Amino acid sequence: MDFLNDIPWMLIAASLAKTLFLIFGVVLPIVSYTVYAERRVSALIQDRLGPNRTGFPISLFGFEKDLQLFLGGLGQPVADAMKFLLKEEFTPAHVNKFYFWLAPVLAMVPALSTLAVLPFGNFLFGQKMVVADVNVGILYVFAVASVGVYGIVLAGWSSNSKYPFLGSIRASSQMISYELSLGLSAVPVLMIIGNLNLSEAIQYQIDNGWLLLPFTDGKLTLRELFLWIPVFVSFIIFTISMFAETNRLPFDLPESETELVAGYHTEYSAMKFALFFLGEYAAMIAGSSIIVVLFLGGWHVPFLPINTLESSTTPAGIALGFLHITAFFAKVVGILIFFIWVRWTLPRFRFDQLMKLGWLYLFEIALVNIFITAAILAWVK
Amino acid sequence: MAYTVRRPNLTFWEKLYLPNIVAGLAITFNHLKKMLKGETHVVMQYPEEKWDAHLPEYYRGAPTLVTDEHGRERCVSCQLCEFICPPRAIKITPGSLPSDSQFAKVEKAPEAFDIDMSRCIYCGLCEEVCPEQAIYLRKDYAVTGESRADMVHHKDKLYELGGTMPGLVHKWNPDK
Repeated sequence: MDFLNDIPWMLIAASLAKTLFLIFGVVLPIVSYTVYAERRVSALIQDRLGPNRTGFPISLFGFEKDLQLFLGGLGQPVADAMKFLLKEEFTPAHVNKFYFWLAPVLAMVPALSTLAVLPFGNFLFGQKMVVADVNVGILYVFAVASVGVYGIVLAGWSSNSKYPFLGSIRASSQMISYELSLGLSAVPVLMIIGNLNLSEAIQYQIDNGWLLLPFTDGKLTLRELFLWIPVFVSFIIFTISMFAETNRLPFDLPESETELVAGYHTEYSAMKFALFFLGEYAAMIAGSSIIVVLFLGGWHVPFLPINTLESSTTPAGIALGFLHITAFFAKVVGILIFFIWVRWTLPRFRFDQLMKLGWLYLFEIALVNIFITAAILAWVK
Repeated sequence: MAYTVRRPNLTFWEKLYLPNIVAGLAITFNHLKKMLKGETHVVMQYPEEKWDAHLPEYYRGAPTLVTDEHGRERCVSCQLCEFICPPRAIKITPGSLPSDSQFAKVEKAPEAFDIDMSRCIYCGLCEEVCPEQAIYLRKDYAVTGESRADMVHHKDKLYELGGTMPGLVHKWNPDK
């Protein structure tokens, strides 16, 4: 039984606690409230009211009225979840059962797996706030995120029905096309940082200012000013590609309601549909987190002290640790609201326009951008 | 004959597409801002806000029975409304006034007066045909019930909804 002593129980327990906190404490609540925000913001943008009725049902426990906070309707995600859980789980007779059941899982798992390498905070209770601090962080994210396309392709194929099939074909070609510009637009950033580890990326931005806002360390050098241009171009391309990768409008061709009923999840119902839904929004959160880590300084709050491993068990260190986690997710929520805002502003692209944009413009610009960054890095000191 | 649609010549910035996206975002943001500031007129929030204050004078709501200023039933159970009612929603059982009433020898009164609100089409013909001005379409529009039986308005319910309508009946009024 000696091998039991070799297993790092402390590490496993800490990783488990961090994973549970990240997924059930933060990401899934953000997912459900993003769905609410999606409906509410879309309504407000379109001069409607949206879901403003469902409160928290404390009237079940003897109170006079349901609890209504802020703009109202904050109980809606709870009601939605109940609805998804209680609805009939219908499997059509003509589907390929095994892949039909596998597909929602494959859509959900990669989106949540990418969260593993995200440094969502500095130190707290003597732990580094990242589940797996691996040195290939950004590569891992790209690799795992691209697995997400399998869920969609399998869903479309196993549904054995024409609209889901068309949707999944669109999804696969779109995601493969935009992965190129996504990866290439990240290269200039990685060249500047000189490291693939996401924690190191944040450390670089703490030392030298956020990449998108290079003045956040209090000073601005000529080199940073020059580098800001390719970084900004990278940011634009990366964000656009992230929209395409997460199947958000204006690139939601895999789902396009008006053309394909509901796209790849037409045949799905109840919790299986909800898994696609959750996977899609979890992928949005993962994507936004990558944008935050690479361009917006991760959990860093400018001009505030940073706690260390030693100080993270003192009350001040704990407060700072929580502040950093809050800052990280506040930035993520900001990007998510931008995602929603764009969705209700722009119409959908036509498929040939989508492909033209990806292959003829974003790909080339991202490629040229790498050389420009290299030139600036080589000659501007 | 086929003809060529002239496409507009786009400027460089229009071709770049990004400035127009920003312009679009500004438009939607303004809508959001106006909504949050409460400047946009939105639909009526029904259970909290009601139509009642905005109903026009001629609004035809649920038909009701009225009493006169002395508390007397106006209806004399002539059954004209029952006969004219297009969906046959009204059912009257004629009866006499009790013998100790001072009007016992003068007029009759309905023993039962039922209006089936699940049939009523709010046409107002009953109000128009009534020689005694005993039946009026008032402004109640939210008529609900949990069963078909609930949707039948009986006599006491009709009087409760109707209230009193003072004044001379047209047929006795020389001015009309």
